[in-house]
Amino acid sequence: MNNQVKTFWAGVQAEIPLLIGVFPFGMIYGALALDAGLSTSAAQMMSSIVFAGSAQFITAQLVHESTPGLVILLTIAVVNLRHILYSASLAPYLAALPTRWKALLSYLLTDEAYAPTILHYEKAGITPHAHWFLLGAGFALWFTWQIATALGIFLEAAIPESWSLDFALPLTFIAMVVPVLKNRAAIAAALSAGLVALVAYSLPYKLGLILAALVGILVGTILEGRKTQRGIS
Amino acid sequence: MNIWLVMLLGGLITFGMRFSLIYLFGRFQIPETMRRALHYVPPAVLSAIIFPELFLSDGALNLSLDNTRLLAGLVAIMVAWFSKNTLITILAGMAALFLLQFFLFPS
Repeated sequence: MNNQVKTFWAGVQAEIPLLIGVFPFGMIYGALALDAGLSTSAAQMMSSIVFAGSAQFITAQLVHESTPGLVILLTIAVVNLRHILYSASLAPYLAALPTRWKALLSYLLTDEAYAPTILHYEKAGITPHAHWFLLGAGFALWFTWQIATALGIFLEAAIPESWSLDFALPLTFIAMVVPVLKNRAAIAAALSAGLVALVAYSLPYKLGLILAALVGILVGTILEGRKTQRGIS
Repeated sequence: MNIWLVMLLGGLITFGMRFSLIYLFGRFQIPETMRRALHYVPPAVLSAIIFPELFLSDGALNLSLDNTRLLAGLVAIMVAWFSKNTLITILAGMAALFLLQFFLFPS
């Protein structure tokens, strides 16, 4: 196996545990979108045109409430603002690629593809085949998301709530965040972001999530800066 | 606005954000502070998603023992800490939630 294929499969493999959480989430999206009044084709196509979980749920809800298109678009923009941070975070590792590769990988850049990819990149550093990892993780997620959406549409609202399969998604995030809590700055970033997310939860348009993330990042950065100044590393 | 137009523009906005700094990288230098800050994006964003999922029930803070998701989440955090394994963590969390919901706190 050459290095490109090997790296691609490493990306797919890193994505597999997340797919367990993503699959029921995609099914629930498919069922809810149909319930909200979207046509079968619109519900299915949103998973490939927008391809962003929380934005898709919110769009379905807003369509159901006959929200004006412009407000829906603004909401999608705000909810997806975090992708600019992901884009900046991965940019150094993808800098040498031609534009068509950058465009393809950007299309595939979701929360669930970003998380295992950045963890891998921070460990492996800048390597010539790095983009194949993101392609593997991103494609595995994309493919699963389309199938899950289709199955959810097919089963519609027959998924019993008592299964609590949606809980697999926060569990996945827990499994990813705990290993990166390696120093005091990272722990402080996580705790402060979490607390702000609770306090600011009722802010509209998921702004609480964005505010919480920014506070966490700020706290981590300031703490790391202090440590460096004192010369302890 | 037609639903297909909303989806198309929504998709373009989302793609534009994902593409923005990957495309512009090298055309402007990301400052060192920002580079350092980006290391804290994963813990901050993930925690900002996790905390409300565990601590809130229908949007209100729920620290009581019948908040089964919080208890199952704490089990998952412990398992993640010691196992460092994603799959084991998810299975342990789901098993904990199942046991709590059906045996200890049936609603």
